[in-house]
Amino acid sequence: MDAAQALADLTEISSQIEAAVLFDAGGAVEGSTLADEAKAQRLADAAAHLLERADSVRSEDVAVTQVEASLADGCVFVVRDGDRRIAATTVANPTVGLVFYDLKSCLRDSVPEKPKRRRTTTKKTDDDEA
Amino acid sequence: MKRRLLALLGFATGVLAGSVVLRRRFGKRRDRVEVYFDDGAMVSYADGAPEASPLLDAARDALDAAR
Repeated sequence: MDAAQALADLTEISSQIEAAVLFDAGGAVEGSTLADEAKAQRLADAAAHLLERADSVRSEDVAVTQVEASLADGCVFVVRDGDRRIAATTVANPTVGLVFYDLKSCLRDSVPEKPKRRRTTTKKTDDDEA
Repeated sequence: MKRRLLALLGFATGVLAGSVVLRRRFGKRRDRVEVYFDDGAMVSYADGAPEASPLLDAARDALDAAR
């Protein structure tokens, strides 16, 4: 499943999610529910910034996997899985566990499929048959 | 006398329960941020804590960007 389809499924499943963006470790946007590309990039940049700041909360070498910020007029969620990330904004007071579950599913479903390896067969030569 | 005391107690309980409901419903919620780590740990900071400010600023930027 590609990023666009995974994001379309996400917004269809969760009515609490207002906007979501998939981006990589470098901050490059892979897909977004926002029509405006500049807005999507701003959301990805802000989410990357949030993750970066969250990483500095603990001095030990332990990675941050997810962040939830609850504000008066909405919430911001960021989930990291290896080099891939997803950020979403929601309405105020969402069902936190459900939003995290949906975001993780979207992140997993949007992994680009690796091209299938072609099966190679070697023809038997006359010498092999002998 | 006993009936009057019971009525007073009932009234006081009602006022207390009502104030709790109103505070929960209309009380100002503080902004907060929760950070989850790879080892299963989680830390939560409420607005006003020194660690919360940079995280909440970035979260506000994200929310503004999406709207």
